[in-house]
Amino acid sequence: MSDTLLRLIRHGQEQGCRPHQRYLLDRAQWATLVAALADMPEVALLGLWGDPGQVHAALLIEDGLLIASCGVPDGRFAAFSPVRPGAVLFERMIRDLWGFVAEGGTDQRPWLDHGRWPVTGPLAANPAPNGMAPPQPVFLPVEGEGVHQIPVGPVHAGIIEPGHFRFHVQGETVVRLEARLGYLHKGQIGLMLGKPAPVAARFAARLSGDSTVAHGWAFAQGVEAALGITPSPRALALRALMAELERLHNHLNDWGFLCNDASFAWLHARAGALREAVLRAANTAFGHRLMMDRVVPGGVSDDLRPGGDAAIRAALAMVAAELPALEAVYDSHASLQDRMVGTGVITPALAMLFAAGGVVGRASGRGFDARRRPGYAPYAPAEAAVLTAGDVDARARIRLAEMHRSVALAKGLLESLPPGELLVPLPQRGGEGLGLVEGFRGECLHWVALDDEGLVRAVFPRDPSWLHWPLLEAAIEGNIVADFPLINKSVNASYSGVDL
Amino acid sequence: MQGWRRLLWPRLAQGLVSAPLTDPPPVPPEEVVQALVARLEAAAQTRLGRSLAIRQVDAGSCNGCELEINAMQNVVHDLERFGLRFVASPRHADVLLVTGPLTRNMREALLRTAECMPEPKWVVAAGDCAVDGGSFKDSYAVEGGIDAALPVDLLIPGCPPTPTQLLEGMLALIEAQRAGG
Repeated sequence: MSDTLLRLIRHGQEQGCRPHQRYLLDRAQWATLVAALADMPEVALLGLWGDPGQVHAALLIEDGLLIASCGVPDGRFAAFSPVRPGAVLFERMIRDLWGFVAEGGTDQRPWLDHGRWPVTGPLAANPAPNGMAPPQPVFLPVEGEGVHQIPVGPVHAGIIEPGHFRFHVQGETVVRLEARLGYLHKGQIGLMLGKPAPVAARFAARLSGDSTVAHGWAFAQGVEAALGITPSPRALALRALMAELERLHNHLNDWGFLCNDASFAWLHARAGALREAVLRAANTAFGHRLMMDRVVPGGVSDDLRPGGDAAIRAALAMVAAELPALEAVYDSHASLQDRMVGTGVITPALAMLFAAGGVVGRASGRGFDARRRPGYAPYAPAEAAVLTAGDVDARARIRLAEMHRSVALAKGLLESLPPGELLVPLPQRGGEGLGLVEGFRGECLHWVALDDEGLVRAVFPRDPSWLHWPLLEAAIEGNIVADFPLINKSVNASYSGVDL
Repeated sequence: MQGWRRLLWPRLAQGLVSAPLTDPPPVPPEEVVQALVARLEAAAQTRLGRSLAIRQVDAGSCNGCELEINAMQNVVHDLERFGLRFVASPRHADVLLVTGPLTRNMREALLRTAECMPEPKWVVAAGDCAVDGGSFKDSYAVEGGIDAALPVDLLIPGCPPTPTQLLEGMLALIEAQRAGG
């Protein structure tokens, strides 16, 4: 099955994207590709985006990653959403940023554009001035007796990012949840265009602050592939060390907050103390608690600082020593299990259809891990922990398993840090590259095209949350409103990451 | 009962001999406190007392600032020991703590939140983006610093500011009230 699809795409013209090729299809080939996907649930749509002349789709076919592109001279392209519902948010975003209409798309409402920017289609070749008053948002209708709405946000009760949630409930039961995001739209892509890669990297590092290392690395990987350079083994090992510390501190945070949402404040307090130890070790070792801007195209900006090695080892030892005790508490309290088990189920079929990555995918039977497939240095291919229950408990347990693995990986990296230079100079030339790095939420995908002067000509940073937000809406269905914070935290999709 | 005995007594004993988890309190810079006192006097504000309720609003941040603001609440920084606490409703808040480069899409929500707060109130812009738009100030989607929408009393720069820097800022507000009242 996949062979025919691959043959079809490879009929397109090669565009020279490295290490994963991009093929430019004509409209008929693009439409055939979309139609063929209906019968191939195993092919994952990882992303869909535009540039002023084309739309691009990143596809994962068996073990291969590739990009299919299609020109949009009349501003229209055949929609993916009828065969891949995960494409809906991308298509709405493409319309808002580039003004291209997804023909046959299942949802044509605006997404990022709330009608408050001075222009419409800000990334189109010719943005139009916007003189209209902001329209009222339209939500999907719900019919039935006794259904009422609960509007929440964009400003939430806790210290979290802004977004609007529209619940339709019948009694206590959620009939439908719709998330309306875009409040954090900062114009990331527009700001990256025309900038030298090292400057654009600062925006990649601020796409979603909690994944600053993973996004920084994925962007750098894309730039390095485009320019045909390879960072030194030392730079790659330091990147991986930072990425595992990032995974560890975020998983500690998420797991602690999950327990807190189920009223287990003590686990939250202990996880918070461990996380603080990891962040302080990161600060000692790399000069920044979140390790922001340490990954740069060509390598890393800083070497491990004096005392960093000991600080990281001490923090890892502290986490490794206490984690089993915290797990024992988690396992031995029925009231905690009662909230977690069977709550917010995402079925394996849905996870596959939406190509859910990271914790969300691996708790629902989709074992994709970019560190293993397609894989990248310095990681040795290894199977990630996978569960199939798909509930809040499964996502909490995957986080626990990944914390253990991150501790082991970070220890191993520290013990065998190879020598080598920190930064390889970037040659001034053009090229196109795709980076894929496993962050704590899932795979961060960055596509970048550089012009002959080495400036960013086109770029798309895709946070894994694009594929998780629709699944949150599915997970809450039939659950009670009071469990929403728990389910939301268990998915923990990034707002800033998708608001661009 | 056996379980309690096993867990509780060794922990209590340990607590008697080990140092506390919490950091020593940070000391706010005197010039910041004095500048805030001057603002208080200029506005002839009523004293808020030695306790502050904080409402945080993310007006466009990358969530890095939120991570560090959350970290102020962990057992190591423990902001509640200073009489500081986060509240859900702006109607209960004395401080509006804002992050992000004020996106056009968040302006109205921020203003509505600020309008809900009783006077007197402090507005604090935390993080380089909130100070002046930071890296994002040249975007079509961004207004600039928080002062593009609201008068700001205190700036806490940093990308993101550390929990200690954020605590210093919050303590400067409390100190200013003590000194100015």
